[in-house]
Amino acid sequence: MTSPLQRKLKISGPTVVTANRLADGISVWLTATGGWSETIAQAAVGTTSDEVLRLLDIAHADEITAVGAYPAPAILAADGTPQPANLRERIRVTGPTISLPGAA
Amino acid sequence: MYVYDEFDRTFLQERVAEFRDQVARRLSGELNEEEFKPLRLMNGVYLQLHAYMLRVCIPYGTLSSQQLRALGAVARKYDRGYGHFTTRQNIQFNWIKLNELPDAMADLAKVGIHGLQTSGNCIRNTTTDPWAGAAADEVEDPRLYAEVIRQWSTLHPEFTYLPRKFKIAITAAKHDRAAIRVHDIGLRLHKRDGETGFEVMVGGGLGRSPFIGKTIKDFLPKEHLLSYLEAVLRTYNLGGRRDNIYKARIKIQVHEMGAEAFAKKVEAEWAEIRDGALKLDEAALDAIRDRFQIPDLEALDDQPAELASALATDDAFARWHANSVAPHKAKGHAIVTLSLKPVGAPPGDATADQMDAIADLADQYAYGEIRVAHEQNLTFPYVRQKDLPALWAKLKAIGVATPNVGLLTDIISCPGLDYCSLANTRSIPIAQKLTERFADEARIADIGRLHVNISGCINACGHHHVGHIGILGVEKKDEEFFQITLGGKGNSKARIGELIGPAVAESEIVDVVESLVDTYLNLRTSPAETFVAAVERLGIEPFKERAYAPR
Repeated sequence: MTSPLQRKLKISGPTVVTANRLADGISVWLTATGGWSETIAQAAVGTTSDEVLRLLDIAHADEITAVGAYPAPAILAADGTPQPANLRERIRVTGPTISLPGAA
Repeated sequence: MYVYDEFDRTFLQERVAEFRDQVARRLSGELNEEEFKPLRLMNGVYLQLHAYMLRVCIPYGTLSSQQLRALGAVARKYDRGYGHFTTRQNIQFNWIKLNELPDAMADLAKVGIHGLQTSGNCIRNTTTDPWAGAAADEVEDPRLYAEVIRQWSTLHPEFTYLPRKFKIAITAAKHDRAAIRVHDIGLRLHKRDGETGFEVMVGGGLGRSPFIGKTIKDFLPKEHLLSYLEAVLRTYNLGGRRDNIYKARIKIQVHEMGAEAFAKKVEAEWAEIRDGALKLDEAALDAIRDRFQIPDLEALDDQPAELASALATDDAFARWHANSVAPHKAKGHAIVTLSLKPVGAPPGDATADQMDAIADLADQYAYGEIRVAHEQNLTFPYVRQKDLPALWAKLKAIGVATPNVGLLTDIISCPGLDYCSLANTRSIPIAQKLTERFADEARIADIGRLHVNISGCINACGHHHVGHIGILGVEKKDEEFFQITLGGKGNSKARIGELIGPAVAESEIVDVVESLVDTYLNLRTSPAETFVAAVERLGIEPFKERAYAPR
């Protein structure tokens, strides 16, 4: 029987951990060294539940840098670089899909 | 304009200082996110998809030119040079950094504005008619009572942790321009036997469970406004559900109890407190009334020569005048709506430069006062008719004179997935494409009154349920689809729109809307029959048939 305290996380493919940076709210991704990067390409990739839970533990322990960490599905480019796997995450990577008012 | 007294000014400064300390403690790690989040929300600070978002309260939608300039300055100094006016008469800044928020708030506090009551489970900013004080069809200026409610509700100790957010709207006009029937409490000011009072509606709201508010009191004498509101809020605070966030709004409580049973509970509570400290006397109302600065309008005649000449000689001006200018209760004056819906732009956005220019024009032509409408437009409530041609030329030059007010391209839209962390789909690009498809001003004028509302998720911030055409974004396997409802209305005859069928793909939605409009044009009895009237007469079937026909 599974303990209710045992955490579950269903991982179905390459997954990165992303959050918003505390100071300015911009999207950041957890790197393999436990830091945060503004580009998803430098994100650490987990492929199993245990790996992603470990990444989330690292992320949650650093809430003074980034907040609201969560696992996000990724796809891997030919060179293994992670890229966003859905529209929401693509928008978080590239910003609004519209021209901002007043932009040249 | 209501002018804050020393108490209000001191309170705002203290609040900014408190928030500055909270931010410093968060950045130092003294406060963790769980502790900080409710504190920032109490000041209107959200964390969205890409950045912090500051929602600034514009009490009952009334701004002075000085305040609008301050908003423009915040947009320029702390944000990316623009702001977004919302359906609750507020403004949002999308890109503010956490450590700069206290400075931005301090700048706003200097002109008496803030982010209180724009977030969290409290009584939110009371909204009202953007034409208040100017409309020819109103009983009296409802902002007096909106300000009474503001003073009662701000930091109300008993109602700071309600089951969910709580929104009140008030109108005093025959035509409801505040969508009061889709608010938690809707108040309609009217007169009975010479006495002023309120019809009180409760339990309206949109979101995932839309309801039209139900009248629980036909006539509440004005002196009892606060005691009765307190009784309603107390009934909700004690009985509203806290076990399920999706069932925590008062609309669910009223629906589950029944309006009659809810009203009985309110009456019982009210009987205990109605003649207590909350009873409003004339002296209290006068004290608040005296702090409103009402412009001393000139004695003028209607249809001055300058206006008649421009109407006769300039078709573009005449089209704008017919669309964006409304009758005023004072002769020789007019109410002017500034469209924030230019073709191809995000609905409700204004740049800092536009805000400055609008503030200058308000000073020059509109007694320095601006209103925010829930349709995400701005209004000048006091304009001399003789100034309309000159004002139009200047509004046009800054891009806020598109003659589409109330027409198809006057789209109400939420920010959607381009900004919002809750959204499932984008909204703004759909609005942009629709405005481009229907860019022809003569065409939309011929189509006539048609409200299109777009929401990027079921939370319904774009009020799609009450759009004549409502569009709701849903995500299926990472693709954007859009459900369509027809026949919704947010006015005094409010009703929830009817779903016409399966969601359509993003690539088809503009074509589908166009086919709905073409169906209407083919079937209307005359141009006098509006789109929504045709839907009511015909039902959704003929529209549905065309919407899903092969193209």
